[in-house]
Amino acid sequence: MKMIEVNHLKKSFGKLEVLKDINMNVNEQEVVCVIGPSGSGKSTLLRCMNLLEEPTAGDIFIEGDKLTDSKTNINELRQRLGMVFQQFNLFPHMTVMENITLGPKRLKGKSQSEAKKIGTQLLEKVGLVDKGDVYPDKLSGGQKQRVAMARALAMEPHIMLFDEPTSALDPEMVGEVLQVMQNLAEEGMTMTIVTHEMGFAKEVADRVIFMDEGFIVEQGTPAELFDNPQNERTQAFLSKVL
Amino acid sequence: MPSIMETINIILDGLPTLLKGMGVTIEVTVISLILAMVIGLVLGVFSITKSKVLRMISTVFVDIIRGTPLLVQILFIYFGLPSVIDISLTAFSAGVIAITVNAAAYLVEIFRAGINSIDKGQMEAGRSLGFSYGQTMRLIILPQAIRRMIPAFVNQFIVSIKDTSLLSAIGLAELTLSGQSIYAANFHAFEILFAVGVLYFVIIYSLTLLSRWLERRLDVA
Repeated sequence: MKMIEVNHLKKSFGKLEVLKDINMNVNEQEVVCVIGPSGSGKSTLLRCMNLLEEPTAGDIFIEGDKLTDSKTNINELRQRLGMVFQQFNLFPHMTVMENITLGPKRLKGKSQSEAKKIGTQLLEKVGLVDKGDVYPDKLSGGQKQRVAMARALAMEPHIMLFDEPTSALDPEMVGEVLQVMQNLAEEGMTMTIVTHEMGFAKEVADRVIFMDEGFIVEQGTPAELFDNPQNERTQAFLSKVL
Repeated sequence: MPSIMETINIILDGLPTLLKGMGVTIEVTVISLILAMVIGLVLGVFSITKSKVLRMISTVFVDIIRGTPLLVQILFIYFGLPSVIDISLTAFSAGVIAITVNAAAYLVEIFRAGINSIDKGQMEAGRSLGFSYGQTMRLIILPQAIRRMIPAFVNQFIVSIKDTSLLSAIGLAELTLSGQSIYAANFHAFEILFAVGVLYFVIIYSLTLLSRWLERRLDVA
């Protein structure tokens, strides 16, 4: 089953055309990494997938539901799409536990004790079980991002979207975040990841998509794309980053 | 130069009237500011929505109210409106309307700036979890924004308290007019106006202390 289907997607900001006719799918339990130079449109593509950016043209389907149809209940649909941001975007006026339980309590009608149980399980999963009562400003970047993942997972999403989840981290924090993502992939989560971590993409992705100047230039398995890139733009990019 | 004892006696004689006026001043202020906060919040949210119509409503309101003197607004509401439409307002209700509308226009800007000061990633995080715009505003944006707004609110509240003295122009027996009516009869303008000033200071300084306590408690970031 296609979890995400993108057809002829275009997105412009004013006169600047950022996405030019994007077609792609993400299958169930598939981990897709999107790579490419800055300004290639990869973050915009990801943000279109949960309508944080409104597509200029084209259609997006999430589990068969048309995201781009104005009759679709976007709030319900977004509950199935977890999103992790580069800048974490934790809620600074709430504790770690409150950050995680806000969605389950307010959107899924969970009781305080049910929500707390979910929260504790997720904190165990991301290795921060002792941080529930702490406010986000007391956490390191890597810890913040792990809390952000727990917060997204608390809604029991069917798909997780990651927008450069390690780009704002100090180098020594990158590993702990990637580890949680890798565990998630191994559990069978469907994931779309915009990333600059080529090592991670190589190891964890089922498929890698290379974007440049608003187009998907090339895609394939990590072996195909990294070891034997066909397009010269892919070759030029990889020679710079690998 | 009158003696200290004389001064104190003059003030004590006038005090019951002054305290009554002070009561009216506080009453007008409290009612007006509660209403103004509601209008300010609604129009403040209007001013940042995508809807052009709502933004226009907010902008026109703010521009008109800020662009005209409060005294003219007060006189317009009390004397102007009843002469063309069939309403009769007491000085008290006209005063409440004028102070409300005036304070609201400034509060709109405070709400707008406060909400805009919150990183847009907060709205995105809320929406991506599945919260509606309204829920995200209420649960995530406003609780953070309002903490930052407290000093600006207090500033506007203080301005509004002082503005109520203009309501003496339509015969509302608030603190200033109460003072005027006393020295019109006993000619002790110095003593009475001194007392009036002290009473305004007491109201405003209490509010200042309250806000400092509140800011400490909320640990404004």
